[in-house]
Amino acid sequence: MNFATPNGFNLDDSGRRMVVDPVTRIEGHMRCEVNLDSNNVIRNAVSSGTMWRGLEIILKGRDPRDAWAFCERICGVCTGTHALASVRTVENALGIKIPNNANIIRNLMQATLYAHDHLVHFYHLHALDWVDVVSTLKADPKATSALAQSISPWPNSSPGYFSDVQAKLQRFISSGQLGPFMNGYWGNPAYLLPPEANLMAVAHYLEALDFQREIVKIHTVFGGKNPHPNWLVGGMACAINLDGPMAAGAPVNIVQLNLVSDIIDRTIKFIDEVYLPDLTAIASFYKGWDFGGGLAGKNILSYGEFPGKANDYSNNSLLMPRGAIINGNLNEIHDVDLTDPDQVQEFVDHSWYTYPDEAKGLHPWAGVTEPNFVLGPKTIGTKTNIKQLDEDAKYSFIKAARWRGQAMEVGPLSRFTLGYAMGIAEFKDPVDRLLTNLKLPLAALFTTLGRTAARGLEASWAAHHMRRFFDQLMANLAAGDLATANTDKWDPSTWPADAKGVGFAEAPRGALGHWIHIKDAKIESYQAVVPTTWNGSPRDPSGSIGAFEAALLNTPLADPNQPLEILRTLHSFDPCLACSTHVIAPDGGELISVKVR
Amino acid sequence: MTPAMPNIQTFYEMMRAQGTSRRSFLKFCSLTAAALGLEPLYASQIAYAMETKPRLPVLWMHGLECTCCSESFIRSGNPLSSDVILKMISLDYDDTLMAAAGEQAESILNEIPAKYPGEYILAVEGNPPLNEDGMYCIVGGQPFVDRLKAVAANAKAVIAWGACASWGCVQAARPNPTNAVPIDKVITDKPIIKVPGCPPIAEVMTGVISYILTFNQLPELDSRGRPVMFYGQRIHDKCYRRPHFDAGEFVQSWDDEGARAGYCLYKMGCKGPTTYNACSTIRWNGGVSFPIQAGHGCIGCSEDNFWDNGPFYKRLSYVGAGLGIEATADEIGLTGAAVAGAGVVVHAGLSAIKQHNRKKPEPPAAPKGDQS
Repeated sequence: MNFATPNGFNLDDSGRRMVVDPVTRIEGHMRCEVNLDSNNVIRNAVSSGTMWRGLEIILKGRDPRDAWAFCERICGVCTGTHALASVRTVENALGIKIPNNANIIRNLMQATLYAHDHLVHFYHLHALDWVDVVSTLKADPKATSALAQSISPWPNSSPGYFSDVQAKLQRFISSGQLGPFMNGYWGNPAYLLPPEANLMAVAHYLEALDFQREIVKIHTVFGGKNPHPNWLVGGMACAINLDGPMAAGAPVNIVQLNLVSDIIDRTIKFIDEVYLPDLTAIASFYKGWDFGGGLAGKNILSYGEFPGKANDYSNNSLLMPRGAIINGNLNEIHDVDLTDPDQVQEFVDHSWYTYPDEAKGLHPWAGVTEPNFVLGPKTIGTKTNIKQLDEDAKYSFIKAARWRGQAMEVGPLSRFTLGYAMGIAEFKDPVDRLLTNLKLPLAALFTTLGRTAARGLEASWAAHHMRRFFDQLMANLAAGDLATANTDKWDPSTWPADAKGVGFAEAPRGALGHWIHIKDAKIESYQAVVPTTWNGSPRDPSGSIGAFEAALLNTPLADPNQPLEILRTLHSFDPCLACSTHVIAPDGGELISVKVR
Repeated sequence: MTPAMPNIQTFYEMMRAQGTSRRSFLKFCSLTAAALGLEPLYASQIAYAMETKPRLPVLWMHGLECTCCSESFIRSGNPLSSDVILKMISLDYDDTLMAAAGEQAESILNEIPAKYPGEYILAVEGNPPLNEDGMYCIVGGQPFVDRLKAVAANAKAVIAWGACASWGCVQAARPNPTNAVPIDKVITDKPIIKVPGCPPIAEVMTGVISYILTFNQLPELDSRGRPVMFYGQRIHDKCYRRPHFDAGEFVQSWDDEGARAGYCLYKMGCKGPTTYNACSTIRWNGGVSFPIQAGHGCIGCSEDNFWDNGPFYKRLSYVGAGLGIEATADEIGLTGAAVAGAGVVVHAGLSAIKQHNRKKPEPPAAPKGDQS
C-alpha cells in the first residue's frame, strides 16, 4: 500500500518486512520494523517504544520537593536533567527564586552532562555504526599515526602507541571471546573508513571510556554522586565555605573547586583534540552517505537552556535559544509557549493508551493516560510473541507529541539549526567552519551525519561554557556572595492551596518539559514530555510520522540481513526509551488488559 | 572447580599477551587486593587466580530500569571498567554496549547458555513487570520476564545490580502500576547477589565481579543477599559528620551556618542512620565526595522500598544508635529496631536467599615466578 503522509513522506509497505528488536546501544527498550523494496531501500518505517514504567502515576500524592528524585530516575544516562527540569517546575509553580550561585552551579552541572553524555554517546553508543573494529587489524600503525598527527595535537599518537592498541585488539579478537563486539556487522560494505581511521577511532573508544569517568566528578562535587546527583528545590544543597576552620569539611571548598577547574580544562582538551578531530575525519569518509534527514531542517523545536540570569527563562536570558521552525523556513522563528494549550499536545491513537476522544490531542496540564495494550488486526504473532506490529493500530508505548499539530525533531541538531537560523555566532560559526572544511553545503547538515556532527559541536560548546560558568561562580564568590539556596518557601505552609507550574530543560537529547499541578502541598498531577517522545513518536491521527520513522525512509541497506544503516540513523538521535514511556493516569486507575483483535 | 574451558584465555594470559609486564600485573593484583580491603599478601592469590581461571562469560540483561547502573559501572576507576570488559570478563551480552542488535544480539542469549551451561554469570539491571502478561517490558517481541527466566536457568549465579533488580525501586513504588518485582520473585533456584543502590557505587560493582573472579565463589552475603563487605555498616556509622551528630550540632536550614560548617544533616531528613551502604567509606566517583559530604542528606537509595519511606526531607524519628557501629544489618533487623517515622521495620526476618559463606582464603605464599 502506498500512502503519502500529511507531513510530506511517501510510505510503501509492500516490500519485505525487516524487524530489529532489540535496538541496542540505546537507553531502554525499542523495536524498529521497516519494509524494504527490491533494491533494499527502506520504504516504510515503524518505531516502537517497548517499555512502560508509569512513573508519573507514582508521583501522585507525593511531596513536590521530592519530585526531582523520582524524575531523575526517569533516565540514568541523561542523569540530572530530569531533576533539573523538575526543580524548575516546582519553583515555577510556587514562585520560588533561586540564588545566582545556584543558577550557575546548575548551568555548570547541565553543561557537564552535555559534555559527558555526548562523548559517551559518540564513542560507546554510536561509533560502531561507523567504525569497523575488526578492520583495525589491517591498519598500518605508522599511517595511523600520520593520520592522527595530521588532524590533532593529542599526544597519544605515536606509531608505537597505535601498534600497541592494534596488538591488544589482535589478541582480544583472536581469543575467540569477542564480548561486546560479538556478532557485530564487521565487514559490512556500509563501513567506509580505511583501516587506519578505524584503528584511530577504536583507540579513542578505549581512551574515552577511561576518561569519561573524570568528567562526572563535577557532579559529585556539587551533587554528591554520579549517576543521580542530588538537587534541591530553591537552589542547591552544596553549601560553600572558603574560609575558617570548618571549610575543609564543607561541601564546596577551594580543594573541590580546584578539582572542578582541572576537570574542565581536561574535558575541553579531550573534546577539542580527540572527539572533534575524530568526528571530522569520520565525516570526511562518509560525506557521500547523505541519508537520514527526515524532519531535520524542516520541523525543529527547542525550549532553550542555560539561563544567563538566575530566574529569567526568557529568550533574553537563555544562552541556548528557544523557538520552533516549521516547513523548513529558516527565516521565520516561532515563539514557543509551554503554557499555551494549543501548542504542545500529545496524541494516543497509535499509542498503547486510551483517551476519551483519540482524534484530539491533549496539553500536558490536561493530560490523560490510561494504558491500553491493544494489538491491531494486522499484527503477526501473539500477544506475548509479536512477530510484526500493525502500525495502522496502536503500536508503541510512546505517545505522539506534536507542536501546533506538527511532528517535530529535537536535539543538538535542532538547537544548532535554530541558533544558525537566528544568526548567533557561537552556533553558526562552528557549523560554517565544519561545512567549509568538508566542502559541503548547508543542506548536508540535515542528515544522519549532520545530526551526529551537531552533537560533537555542541559537546565543544558545552565544554567551553563549563569554563565560562566556573569563572562566573568564582567571580561571585570573590565578591562575597556565597548563597546557594533560598528557603523562604521551603515550608509547605507558605504555599498556595492550588498551584500549577511548568519547567523545561534542553536535555542532551532535546526538548524536555515537565508540568505539575500541586494541591494542598501534594502532587495532584505530573506530566513529562521528553525528547524521545518527540523524536520517537508514532503516527498521529492525521497519519503524520515522527522523526525516527521519517529519517529512516529512502535509506538503502548494503546488506539486507544486517540493520547497520538503521542503527546508524536511529543512534544519531541518541534514543532514550525509559524517558519517553512513563506517562500518568490522573487517577492511577486500573490497567486495561490486552486484546488482540 | 570450574571445568576447563580450553578455548578461553585466562586473565593473566590476556594481560601478558597485551603487553603487560609481570611486574605490572602483580601491581595490578596488589591494587585489586587493596580495593577489596584484603591484606597485601592476598595479592599473590589474586595473581594465581588470574593466571589460571578462564575469562568468565557474563550476560547483562536489562528490564525496566533507567540504565544508571550501567552508567555507574563504567565510572569504575579500580579496576577500570575497560579492563573489566575487555580483560577480566567476557561481556557477551549487554544491550547498552554491544555492537549487534536484533536477531544477531538475541541469538547470543541462546548460544552462551548452551555453550557454557552452569558457567556464566547473569547480571540483571532493572526488573520485570508482571502485569499485562509481562508486556510492559518487551524484548524481541516477548516479555522480558520470560527471557530473564530462560537465561537464568543455566547460570552459575545471578547478580542483581541496583535497587531495581534487588528491591523493585522507583517503578515498584506505590502504587506500582506495572507490578514490577525484584528478580528474586521470578528467579528462585539460583544464588543471587544483591548489589543495591540507585545506582550502586562503581567500585562496589567491579569489586563484586573481581571477588567472584578471584576466589571463584560468591562473597559472604547477609540475610537479604547483600555482600557484607559493602553493605555491612550504616552510612551513619562511618560518616565524617558523625561527631556533629554526637555533639548535637545540626544543619537547621539549607545553606545556614551549620550547612557551611558541615554539621549533621539528620534534621534535614538524612537517611544515613538507617541505610546500609559504603558511601561514607568508599565514597563516589573515585572518592571525590558522597551525598552527605556534598550537603544533601542521604535518601536511602540502597534500602528496600526507600521511595515509600519518605518524604526525603522528613527527619527519622528514631535512630537505632544504641547498637553501635559494629552492628550489622542482620543484627539490627533481628533486634527489631524500627524506623518509627516511616512505620517500617527494617531488615526483619531472613530471606530465602541461598547463603554462600566465603571461605577464608589460605594464607598465601610469597609471590613466585619470574619477575620480568
